[in-house]
Amino acid sequence: MTRAVDPQRLRGFLRKEWIQIRRDPSSIIVAVILPMIMLFLFGFGVSLDARNQPAAVVIETSAPEAQDFLASLRANKYIIPRLAPDRPTATEWLRSRKVMAIIVLGDDFGERLHRADSAPIQVLVNGTDANTARLVSGYIQGVWATWLVDRENVSPCSAPTPINVQFRVWFNEDLDSRRSIIPGLIAVIMTLIGALLTAMVVAREWERGTMEALLTTPLTRTELLLGKLIPYFCLGMAGMTVTVLFALTVFGLSIKGSILALVLASSLFMLVVLGIGLMASTITRNQFTASIIALTATMLPGMLLSGFIFDIRSMNKVIQTITYIVPARYFVDLLKTLFMAGDIWAAILPNMLALAVVAALFIGITARKTTRNLE
Amino acid sequence: MSDFRAAWGRIKALIIREMLSIWRDKRARVVLIIPPIMQLFVFSYAATFELNDAPLAVLNEDMGVASRDLVARFTSAHAFKTVAVLTNQKEIAEVIEDEKALAVLRIGPTFSRDLLSGKSPQVQFIVDGRQSNTALVAISYVNGIIEDFSLEQAALHGGARKIGTPRLISRAWFNPNFDSQWFIIPGLVATLTMIVATLTTALSVARERELGTFEQLLVTPLRPAELLIGKIAPPAMMAFCEGLLLAALGVLIFGVPLRGDILFLAIGLAVFLISVTTVGLMVSTLTQTQQQAQIASFCVVMPCIILSGLTTPIENMPDWLQTLTYLNPLRYILVINRGVFLEDLPIGVALSQLWPMALIGAVTATAAMRLFRSRVA
Amino acid sequence: MADGLRFSDLRKTFTAESGVVKALDGVSGSIEPGRITGLVGPDAAGKTTLIRVLADLLKAESGNVDRPRGHIGYMPQKFGLYEDLTVSENLALYADLHGLNRNEREQTFKRLHQFTGLAPFGDRLAGKLSGGMKQKLGLACTLVVAPAVLLLDEPSVGVDPVSRRELWSMVRSLQDTGIAVLWSTAYLDEAERCDHVILLHEGHVLFDGAPADLTKKFAGRTWRIPIPADNDAQRKRELQRAGSQLPGVIDAQIQGRALRLVMSPDAPAPQLPNLKAEPATPRLEDAYLAMLDTRPRTPPPVEPIENPTFGHMIETRNLTRRFGEFTAVDHISFNVERGEIFGLLGPNGAGKSTTFKMLCGLLPASSGEARVAGVDLRTERDDARGKLGYMAQKFAYLGHLTVAQNMRFAAGVYGLSTSEAKTRIEAAIADYGLEQFANEPCGLLPLGIKQRMALACAVIHRPAVLFLDEPTSGVDPVTRHEFWARINAMAGAGMTIMVTSHFIDEAEYCDRLAIIYRGRVIGMGSPEEIKAKHDKTGEGLEAAFISLIESYDLEHPQQ
Repeated sequence: MTRAVDPQRLRGFLRKEWIQIRRDPSSIIVAVILPMIMLFLFGFGVSLDARNQPAAVVIETSAPEAQDFLASLRANKYIIPRLAPDRPTATEWLRSRKVMAIIVLGDDFGERLHRADSAPIQVLVNGTDANTARLVSGYIQGVWATWLVDRENVSPCSAPTPINVQFRVWFNEDLDSRRSIIPGLIAVIMTLIGALLTAMVVAREWERGTMEALLTTPLTRTELLLGKLIPYFCLGMAGMTVTVLFALTVFGLSIKGSILALVLASSLFMLVVLGIGLMASTITRNQFTASIIALTATMLPGMLLSGFIFDIRSMNKVIQTITYIVPARYFVDLLKTLFMAGDIWAAILPNMLALAVVAALFIGITARKTTRNLE
Repeated sequence: MSDFRAAWGRIKALIIREMLSIWRDKRARVVLIIPPIMQLFVFSYAATFELNDAPLAVLNEDMGVASRDLVARFTSAHAFKTVAVLTNQKEIAEVIEDEKALAVLRIGPTFSRDLLSGKSPQVQFIVDGRQSNTALVAISYVNGIIEDFSLEQAALHGGARKIGTPRLISRAWFNPNFDSQWFIIPGLVATLTMIVATLTTALSVARERELGTFEQLLVTPLRPAELLIGKIAPPAMMAFCEGLLLAALGVLIFGVPLRGDILFLAIGLAVFLISVTTVGLMVSTLTQTQQQAQIASFCVVMPCIILSGLTTPIENMPDWLQTLTYLNPLRYILVINRGVFLEDLPIGVALSQLWPMALIGAVTATAAMRLFRSRVA
Repeated sequence: MADGLRFSDLRKTFTAESGVVKALDGVSGSIEPGRITGLVGPDAAGKTTLIRVLADLLKAESGNVDRPRGHIGYMPQKFGLYEDLTVSENLALYADLHGLNRNEREQTFKRLHQFTGLAPFGDRLAGKLSGGMKQKLGLACTLVVAPAVLLLDEPSVGVDPVSRRELWSMVRSLQDTGIAVLWSTAYLDEAERCDHVILLHEGHVLFDGAPADLTKKFAGRTWRIPIPADNDAQRKRELQRAGSQLPGVIDAQIQGRALRLVMSPDAPAPQLPNLKAEPATPRLEDAYLAMLDTRPRTPPPVEPIENPTFGHMIETRNLTRRFGEFTAVDHISFNVERGEIFGLLGPNGAGKSTTFKMLCGLLPASSGEARVAGVDLRTERDDARGKLGYMAQKFAYLGHLTVAQNMRFAAGVYGLSTSEAKTRIEAAIADYGLEQFANEPCGLLPLGIKQRMALACAVIHRPAVLFLDEPTSGVDPVTRHEFWARINAMAGAGMTIMVTSHFIDEAEYCDRLAIIYRGRVIGMGSPEEIKAKHDKTGEGLEAAFISLIESYDLEHPQQ
C-alpha cells in the first residue's frame, strides 16, 4: 500500500491546482473581489436604524407647551417633524408614504395636559413596516416621556413622578446597527464565497474526465483532499482578510478582540464552508448541481437563520432548532463578539467548538465519499 | 394579418413545448413548487423583529412591594423571560458578556422609597448591543412596560391627589399589532416568484445550449422576437400562478388581511414578472453554461432582494443607494403588494408604482431582444 | 515478455431511469502482449464499461479479471488533460503523481517528446492543441510509467485522418516492446487493422479472434455490382432500392459507384437487369451485419418534394466568415443541385462547420453570397430557415417530451395547419416504425429509435434542403444503413441533402464531396473522382483525403 501522503505527489498536485487558479482568474475574483462588492452594497443597503423618519405634526392649539414639545421633537435625531396644516393633509401624507407617522396636538392640548386621566397627544403610525413602525412609535413615546420629566423639573406639576429609566447599551452605545450588521454580513458573505470556491473543484475534475485519469495514478484520497483544501483555504483566508480590512476602513469598524482569536475563528469557519462546497462537489460530481447546493445551502439560510438580522432568540422553537445546523450562526456570533465586545472566551469557545465539530463532519463525509473508483 | 397568424402559430408551438418541458420533468416540477412554499413558511417564522422570551436577568436591590410589582410585570411580558436573578453588580458583566442574558434589569435600593416620596425613582436597563435591532426593540418594550407600571402606580397612589399622568395615545394603521408576518409575507410573495421566474428563464436557454437543442430551435423559422416571447411567457405564467398560490397561503394560513383590490395585485405581478423574466433572459443570452447562468442570475437577484426594502427599509440607505434602488423592479411590487394586502391601496399609488416597472420591463425587453439577435441569431 | 490480461464471464448492470441496463452480460476474452486487440462495437455496446472494469475503476458483479504484474496504463475517452495547463506541466504532473525522481523524469520526458513529436509545443496550453495532438499528449501522460497493459478508450474520436494514422503508428511501435494494447473503437474499418478483435454488441461478445478469421467465414456472401459511370445519382438510388428487394439480401448499400450486397447463407448470386455482380472481399462491417442478420428496414417511398425554384438548390459565391483576425471560411464557392447528396468533408477546425452553420442560417456571413432554395441568406434568413430541415450530430430534442409531442412542436413551428400536422405526424409515426414509442419520453429510447425520431422531426415539413451534421458517427451499422437508405429515398424524391463529416465512411454515401481545409475548398468531385485523382495507393477515400491534405500543406506552408 502506498503512503497516505507522499510529499512529491502532494507537491505536484498542489502545483497543478495553483497553476489552474492563476490561469483562470474567476476563483480569485470570487474569493477577493466578489465579497468586497457584496460587503459594500449590502453594508450600505442593510440598515435597521430607523433614523430621520419623517413625521407629520398637526398643531391645532395655541398653547405654548405645544411649541415646546415640537422643539423636543426637532432635537431628536430619529424623527424629522414636518408641520402639516390640518389632519386631512397629514392623513394624505401618511397614505402616500411621505411620512411614517402623524402626531396630533389637539386644540385642547393645553387643557388636557393638566388633567389627570387625559391624553393630550395622538400618534398614528403606518404599521405596514412593522419593525420601523414599532421603532418610530417607541421614539415618539421616548420623546414624550423625556419631555414630561424635563417639564416637571422646570415647572413642577402635581402629576406623580414618572419612573426614570436609564438605558445602558453595552458594546454598541449609539445603537448603530451598522456596527452589529457588518460583522454578521462578513460571516454570511464568506459562507457563500467559501462554499462557492470549492463547490466546483472536484465536480470539475469529474466532468472534464480528469478524475478518471487521476484515479489510475497512485494519488491517495488524503492527497486529493489536501490538494483541494490547501489552495482554496489560502484563497478564502485572503478574501477574509480583504473583507475585514474593507470593513475597518470603509465602514470604520474596529476590532475589540485579538487578531489571534479572529484568525483562529476564521480558519475554523473557512474549513466548514470549504467542507460544504467540497462535500457537494464530491457527492454530486456535477458542477451545476454542486453550485446550486452551495448557493441555496449558504446564502438564504445565512441571511435569515444565522441571527445576522433576525434574532434567533425570537424565533419559534422549531426554527431555532433548525438554526443549529446553520454554520453561519456560530460565526456570526463569533464575529459580533470579536468586533464589538472583545475576547470573551466564554462566548467564543462554545462557538469555536461547534465550528470544529461541523468542519470535521463535512470533511469526514467528503473523505468517505471520495472513492478510488467510478462506482 | 396572415403574417401575424403564422407568427402566433409558431409562438404557440414553442409555448406548448416549453410548458411541457417544465411540466413533464419531475425534478423541475418539484424544484419549482416545493422550495418556494417551504421558504414562505420558514422565512415567515424566521423573519421576525418581535421579541419573544428574550433572556432577562434581574438584579433587584430594593426590598419594597413596588419593585416586586415591576419585576412581575417584566416576568409576565411575553417579550422577556427571566433566566437569572442576580445578587450583586459584578454578575451583570458576566451574564451579558457570555450571552446568558440579553439584558439586565437593575432596580436600585431606594426605588420604592423614591416612588412613595415623589422623587423620580431610577431603574437601570442594561442591554447587549451586539444585536442592535434587538436592543432597540427591547428598549421600546421596556418603555411600554414602565409606562403601564407608572399608570398603575398613579391609580394606586394618586387616589389622594386625584391626578394622573398625561398620556400619549399611539395607534398603528394597517397593522395594529406590529405583526412582522403581515409585513414580510406580502413581500415574500413577490420575492419568491422573482427567484423562480428569473432562475427558470435564465437556465432554460443555457440548458438548451448545453443539450444542443438550442441550435435545433434556431434553425426553425422562429423569428428572434417570437423566440423571446416563447421563452419568457411560460416561466412568467408559471411564476404568476405560484405568486397567487403563495398569496392565498398567506391569507389562509398566516391570516394576513387582504384589504385592497386583488386586480392591482394581479396586474402588478404580471408587469413585474415580465420585467424580471426578460432580465433572466438577458442573463441567459450572456452566459454559455447553466452554471454561469445560475451564478449570474444569483448576482442579479441577490442585490435586488437586499436593496428592495423586503427586510430593511429603503429610507435607511444612503441617498446614492436609494437612487440606485429605482432600477430595481422588486422595490415597486413590494409597495403594491403590501398596499393591496394591508391597506386599500389607492389607484394613484398603484399607478405610480406600475409605470416604472413597465418602463424597466420595456427597457430590459429591448435590450434582451438586441442581445438575442446579436448573440444567438 | 509480460503476461497478458485475461477476463472471464464479466457481468455489470446499471440502473438507469429507463430500467436496468445490462452493460456487460457475460464477457470473456484476453488481451495478449505484443499485439493490438481491437474492442469494437457501436455506442452503448459496453466498450467503456469493459475497459473501466479492466482498469479496476468499476467492479463487475461477477466474473474474474486476471491482471498481470506491472502497471496498467489507461487512457479514458476524453483523456483527463488539464486544458489550462501546458504540455510540459501536464507531463510534470503525471510524473509527480507516479513518483518519478529527477533522473528518471528527464529521460522519460526526452523519450516521450521524441515519441510524440510534441517537443516544440512544450509551452502550449493543452486546450489549444488540435484533437490529434491532445490524444498524443494523453498517450504520453499514460506512458510516463511503462505499462504492461495499455487500455485505450476510443483514442481516434475527434481526430482527423492524418493524426489518426500517426497515432496508429505510435501504438504500433509500442506493441513491439511487448506491451498488450487494447484499442476500442466504434468504427469497423479501423478495427480491421487490429491483430485481434473483440466484437461487442449489447453487452455480448459477438466475435473474438483475428479480423481475417471472421471475414473469411463470410466469403462468397458479399457482392459488388458496379454502376456504369453515367453520373446519374438518381439511377444509383433506383438500383439500391431494387437491390435491397432482391431475394436473400441482408443489406444493400451504395458505395461510391457500386452497389454492395450482403446475402443470406444460401442465397443465389444477386442479379439486376443489365448489370454484372462480382464477388467482393467481405469486410468486418459485412460480417457484422451478416452475423446479426437483422435486415435494415426498407424505407417506404417518399412523395416527390415539390419545389418551384429554378437553378441551384444551394449556391455559394466567395462565402467568407471571419472571427476577429481569424478567417474560418475563406472565399468558398460551390453549387448543389436538386436531389443531390452533397458532403462537406474536412478535419476539425478546417471551416466545414462554419460553412455549414452559415448555410443553415445559424451564422451570418462576413462577405460573399449564399442562397438556399432560391432564398438569399443575407436578406431573408428567416424565410430561408422555413425551407430547410436540420438534424444535429447529437440528439437535440427535449428528453422529457414524448415522440409525438416533439413531432407536434416541429409541425407547429414550421407552420403546418392543425389538420395537416395531424396527418403528417400519423404518417411519420407509421413510416418510421415509431408506433409503440409515440407516447414514450424520447430521452429514454434506444439510440436507433432516437435517430429515427430526429430524422422524422427534421423532415416533417418536407423541406427542400436537409442539413445533416455527422448524422451516423458511433451508430451501429444496421441503424446506419437504414438511415442512409431513407436519405437516399428522400434524395430520390427530390430533396437536396447537405452532410458534414470528418468520418470517411459517411463520405462514401455522398454523390459529391467538397473537401475543406484551412478555410478553403481544396478538392471537389464524386468520391470516385477524388479517389481516382488523389489516391495513388488504391487504399480508398481516406488515403486520398490524406494525400490531398498533405500536398496542400506542402504547396501552402503555414507561417
